[in-house]
Amino acid sequence: MAKLASELAKTPRKSVSLNMKNDPKITIDIPQCSKGHSSSDKSQLKNNDKSEFLSTAPRGLRKRLIVPRSHSDSESEYSASNSEDDEGVAQEYEEDTNEDILSQKIQAQNREVSAPVFRETPSKKMKREKTSHLVEKYFEAHSSSKVLTSDRTLQKLKRAKLDQQTLHNLLSKVSPSFSAELKQLNQQHEQLFHKWMLQLHLGFNIVLYGLGSKRDLLERFRTTMLQDCIHIVINGFFPGISVKSVLNSVTEVLDHVGTFRSVLDQLEWITNKFKEDSSLELFLLIHNLDSQMLRGDKSQQIIGQLSSLRNIYLIASIDHLNAPLMWDHAKQSLYNWLWYETTTYSHYTEETSYENSLLVKQSGSLPLSSLIHVLRSLTPNARGIFRLLIKYQLDNQDNPSYTGLCFQDFYQQCREAFLVNSDLTLRAQLTEFRDHKLIRTKKGTDGVEYLLIPVDNGILTDFLENEEEEL
Amino acid sequence: MKSETERLQEELNKNLFDSLVEFLQTSHSGLWKNSKDWSCEIKLREIPTAALVLGVNVTDHDLTLRSLTEVLQNNVTPYVVSLQAKDCPDMKHFLQKLVSQLMDCKVDVQSKEKESVQVIQKNVHYSMDSLSAWYMSVTQKTDPKMPRKKRTSSSQWQSPPVVLILKDMESFTTKVLQDFIIISSQHLHEFPLILIFGIATSPVVIHRLLPHAVSSLLCIELFQSLSCKEHLTTVLDKLLLTTQFPFKLSEKVLQILTNIFLYHDFSIQNFIKGLQLSLLEHFYSQPLSVLCCNLPEAKRRIRFLSANQCENIRRLPSFRRYVEKQSSEKQVALLTSDKFLKEETQSLLENLHVYHKNYFLVLRCLHQFTSSLPKYPLGRQIRELYCMCLEKNIWDSEEYASVLQLLRLLAKDELMAMLQNCFKLFQSSSGKELGNTAKKIEEFLAQFQSLDAETKEEEDTSQSQSKGLQKTDLYHLQKSLLEMKELRSTSKRQTKFEVLREQVVSFVDSLVREYLLPPDTQPLHETLYFSSAHTLRQHLNAAPRIALHTALNNPYYYLKNEALRSEEGCIPNVAPDICIAYKLHLECSRLINLVDWSEAFATVVTAAEKMDANSVTSEERNEIIHARFIRAVSELELLGFIKPTKQKTDHVARLTWGGC
Repeated sequence: MAKLASELAKTPRKSVSLNMKNDPKITIDIPQCSKGHSSSDKSQLKNNDKSEFLSTAPRGLRKRLIVPRSHSDSESEYSASNSEDDEGVAQEYEEDTNEDILSQKIQAQNREVSAPVFRETPSKKMKREKTSHLVEKYFEAHSSSKVLTSDRTLQKLKRAKLDQQTLHNLLSKVSPSFSAELKQLNQQHEQLFHKWMLQLHLGFNIVLYGLGSKRDLLERFRTTMLQDCIHIVINGFFPGISVKSVLNSVTEVLDHVGTFRSVLDQLEWITNKFKEDSSLELFLLIHNLDSQMLRGDKSQQIIGQLSSLRNIYLIASIDHLNAPLMWDHAKQSLYNWLWYETTTYSHYTEETSYENSLLVKQSGSLPLSSLIHVLRSLTPNARGIFRLLIKYQLDNQDNPSYTGLCFQDFYQQCREAFLVNSDLTLRAQLTEFRDHKLIRTKKGTDGVEYLLIPVDNGILTDFLENEEEEL
Repeated sequence: MKSETERLQEELNKNLFDSLVEFLQTSHSGLWKNSKDWSCEIKLREIPTAALVLGVNVTDHDLTLRSLTEVLQNNVTPYVVSLQAKDCPDMKHFLQKLVSQLMDCKVDVQSKEKESVQVIQKNVHYSMDSLSAWYMSVTQKTDPKMPRKKRTSSSQWQSPPVVLILKDMESFTTKVLQDFIIISSQHLHEFPLILIFGIATSPVVIHRLLPHAVSSLLCIELFQSLSCKEHLTTVLDKLLLTTQFPFKLSEKVLQILTNIFLYHDFSIQNFIKGLQLSLLEHFYSQPLSVLCCNLPEAKRRIRFLSANQCENIRRLPSFRRYVEKQSSEKQVALLTSDKFLKEETQSLLENLHVYHKNYFLVLRCLHQFTSSLPKYPLGRQIRELYCMCLEKNIWDSEEYASVLQLLRLLAKDELMAMLQNCFKLFQSSSGKELGNTAKKIEEFLAQFQSLDAETKEEEDTSQSQSKGLQKTDLYHLQKSLLEMKELRSTSKRQTKFEVLREQVVSFVDSLVREYLLPPDTQPLHETLYFSSAHTLRQHLNAAPRIALHTALNNPYYYLKNEALRSEEGCIPNVAPDICIAYKLHLECSRLINLVDWSEAFATVVTAAEKMDANSVTSEERNEIIHARFIRAVSELELLGFIKPTKQKTDHVARLTWGGC
């Protein structure tokens, strides 16, 4: 892929070779070709960064044997990794990062990023052919159980760990591009505000779709149009949101005291309330109606019923690619949607900040910091115990049948290191660890307890390094 | 103006729904008379059941059943309960809902009973026993009162039955249904129950859901509700093909709406929604739509037109064309004097009104002629014909030519039937303009009838002739018969009919050519016709996936920056981060290595940055680029293009295939 990127950022002569790549017969040429390039470029370089290629070299050799030549779909991919492996083999001594090569290459770049696989054919006749081709691509990609990608992991990248805060700080340094155009785009959308109001009043509900966060837009709509009306803003992207809380906020607005037996009861109460009092009006703004928490069938049904009330005006935004699949005919008629395309290109800052599973990088940073945090609050002895366990686990990391450290052995080791004096103190320590979810115990087949740290080995290594630095 | 449009909109909406509901009611009241007779003969242990096949347009069921409930409540029994599958996951909820709704019904009818009802409501044990006990108590209480109250509805029955409507029979749990049916059949002698199943697919489903033991307890009668296509025809007939509502749709809009209806959902409600939306758009976007109201009102409004609005009228393309055709003096007057313009507009609007009146009459007339032709060259439904007529001059089309061809081959009685129908159509309307045509058709009819008479006479004569020939020998007989045959084929009588038929066809043709001009030839048609099909499609039949794809693939489409302009399938490296990340991810197969991805991303982005000759140190720049990559990837995840996977460390899985 790295090579592809270089092609994307690079010269047209490369894209010619890319075209040829669609022919499976010449697949074999490509590594050579790229090798030639990189080596020719190489002579210009002084490299400054020791890289991970050293470690990938033997794997690359192995991998080349595995690679099936006729696998035309993923060929771009494996050829990419191949080429990189080739480089690794051929230029082991030169110790280059791919990246550096590439960034050097770019000096002669042109500005086009080409996407050879998805180059669209302008003629309509080709279109059908293209779609069938795409279908084939899907099955091709899913037919082979083995997916060829390089085995590099983020662990080996130095700057893999970023938490939310630093990420934010870093991003704030980037100056946004195309601000004039974005502004114009937003203004176009803002002109629709009056129309939206009219349509909402006439019983339609509005759904916004398109790339980019629609949060600011809705916020502006709220501040300009809804100042004098009762309105509720619901942040669907918030992970703690549920239909219950949506309904609760509605009943709160209606000054209801007391609780409801079920969500349906609550809905019924709201419905009756709105039917009785026709002067009651409520604007419901839902950011990300398609979020994890709200996309369930029941939630959508209830929100739909809410929105079908005459006096509740719903304006919502959806982002997910398959969001419209949430609604069947019945729900769609409940919602009575009018679709508006509002592509803003603005970043999903708020929306993505709550997702915790987003990138492995971020989630990787969290256990480490929490690990350090918890262990700091412990006694030096407890820390020692834990370090022992870590070391043992790391020593055994290449052993696939490793099930954990047997309690008796562990006790023995701890005693030898003068960390505990009795069975009971160790057990007390372990309970503490278990409470913080730092260790897991498993009963083996022989009835003996085995101890395991359920954290990635890489993080453990980092942790040990950290500890040593501190000492 | 806004309030005015709103008012108009409301008015029209009300009309729409009124007509629909009215239509539904009429269609169902017929059914119900039947079912009343039939359910009188309740056999012991058999629950009378009506299975209502409603068709696949699920969204309309609600409306249908609601009106049905109303009708039932007014005419048959106060106890009507409708249940939905989603309320009844099990037996307990089922009964609970049933009882509470029944109580509510009761409360509505007799508020005096309230106290006793409340006592029962406290009873948490909802069982069939309590239900029948309640029913007994209620009916017994009401029975003595009955003679005094003289309730027409319940007096037909000694004890009014309880009607239970199951709105979506297919989605009920089989177990619940079976149990309920068995239990209630046990109680039937004290608790007269009638079931109504709403079925979306086919009646076979009853037997699939219920085993024989259960379905034998039911006495099922099947009712077929009208097909949704017929609904559509009536709605169109009542709303668009009349002069009652001035608002009209242009050909493309109508096409889109019917297409959505026929190919997407078969839902009248959605169709009406589309109609509403186009109405709204029309009033919102067309400043001259103030004139889109009935004629006297429009005339009144013309008087109050501001100078600005007059200017708007002058700018209408159709009006310009009209002005250009006028004499030069009149042109000057039209373009300078507001007063003269207003008068002219009034007369033009009047013309437009008359044009519509004639238009629809002739359209229906033409439909009479074309709807029964073999192969339906101009469509079976009047809406297809209408679409064609709206689109262009219909007489230029090939289909029209073939229609005329076919009409020339029609037999006499068919032709006469058609003419009869047309005559009725014209007579029912009071238009002066078309009075002549009505007369003419009458004449044609008369001529046909006289033809009839003549043929009879001639047949008589030929009969007598053949009698006269009897005495001649065989050879002569043969000869004369042959002669007669020849005579007959070219006879005066036949040609007379053909001439007449030719006349009728050319008459129809002339009618069509005179009155079925496409509306965009008429001046001021913009005030009444809504034509921006594009917006309608955008708002009703949106394509979020395509929008996302274009935004990611071709940012120039949205951000009109020259730097972003590029050839097909390529994006420049200065494009927004997410576009670059998306483009790179398209290259990958099922799994994507994050490291490779991020490096590729960094490569592209640094290429773009170098242009600006960035002075930041490379380490910091790398950090920033990495952060941008993280953001782009998390955005792609939010959009549903990728998801994290455990198959391989630091990999994400691709979720989309193909262009969009």
